[in-house]
Amino acid sequence: MKDDNARFEYLLRLGDNSLILGHRLSEWCGHGPVLEEDIAMSNIALDLVGQARLWLAHAAETEGAGRDEDTLAFHRDAFDWRNVLLVEQPNGDFAHTMVRQFLFDVHAVELYRGLSGSTDETVAAIAAKSLKEAIYHRRHSGQWIIRMGDGTEESHARAQAALDDLWGYSHELFDDDALVERLVADSIAVPGAELKPAWDAEVDQVLGQATLSRPSDDWRVDGGSQGVHSEHLGYLLAEMQFLPRAYPGAKW
Amino acid sequence: MTAIVTSAYNAKIRGLLDEVYDPELPGLTIADLGVLRGVSTDNGQVAITLTPTYSGCPATQVIEMQVRDVLLRAGLQDFRIDTELAPAWSSEWITERGRAKLRELGIAPPVGRRGDASDYCDPEVECPRCGASNTEKISEFGSTACKAHYRCRACLEPFDYFKCI
Repeated sequence: MKDDNARFEYLLRLGDNSLILGHRLSEWCGHGPVLEEDIAMSNIALDLVGQARLWLAHAAETEGAGRDEDTLAFHRDAFDWRNVLLVEQPNGDFAHTMVRQFLFDVHAVELYRGLSGSTDETVAAIAAKSLKEAIYHRRHSGQWIIRMGDGTEESHARAQAALDDLWGYSHELFDDDALVERLVADSIAVPGAELKPAWDAEVDQVLGQATLSRPSDDWRVDGGSQGVHSEHLGYLLAEMQFLPRAYPGAKW
Repeated sequence: MTAIVTSAYNAKIRGLLDEVYDPELPGLTIADLGVLRGVSTDNGQVAITLTPTYSGCPATQVIEMQVRDVLLRAGLQDFRIDTELAPAWSSEWITERGRAKLRELGIAPPVGRRGDASDYCDPEVECPRCGASNTEKISEFGSTACKAHYRCRACLEPFDYFKCI
């Protein structure tokens, strides 16, 4: 029972990361810098929301308390969300959105590669499926990092500024607390620390091509996976959850 | 039912499902796409197994509705639809007929056996209209998540490319 609770919490982290980032990307719909990019961001948002649905459905099933993926998505308040702070950061300019995406995507690829060997068969199946999508997401965001960094003076400056602003949020992705350690012992989860070397190598390689400087690790912010969020999450949830809260059980 | 009767029955069900097209790829059935993973009969109950393409593909639910609709119209009452996540759907499951139909629709079929999108280079894609290989990627994501947007430098036509996953 206790282990099921740890598994539930871990699944919330996975689902919440995908859902909040998916929602953030969906905010670009109709506002993309060019039509193709508008469509690309909406498509990636759809992938992420689809992945979130699978994770949260599995979380609800694991919890066994009669909730489903919709209840988890629409009827939890900020304190109950377990996403990392990185994904709830506002979109900012296009450079901020793509840097946030790239830092996340590189981690997602390594994480899903690891989780596709999980002893929880549903976790393994969702991870194997999401991995294929995440590889395309990383390719998309990585190409933009290179294009902006190695582009004009302005695009370079904006990409570097975004990287400097968001870098301190990336460390939380690799945190291993007691909960993760317990699930690692059962080979359900993978330790974040194990993903770091591959993440470093991939990020460094792309930043190199992009002629961007890797920021120093002298600051970090965390707490999202423990339910301690920035002010931004409340506003996001107010918008995302409005309809099912105002019109419970609404269908169309 | 004896084995031979069951297999004839399952084949008949498959025949019915040949009417179920992907709503975003008109002309391609769920069998062409490799989304239909199995048809079996157990104690008179028909079980249809589907594997969705992309996690967020809005067509998934429409396909399920269409399957339900076709079976109900044929008078079938006792059936269930199972979603199978593993193994994850692969573009390699698109049949030869499916690939030919994609070309007819002006969509370039997936290049190569297994998509290796791990680097930041793009595959060489043939224009489905004029056949030239002198094409360029406009965007990693086209009209749907499963497609990228390309342009032919020879005939200048834009087209969708069905990505390898």
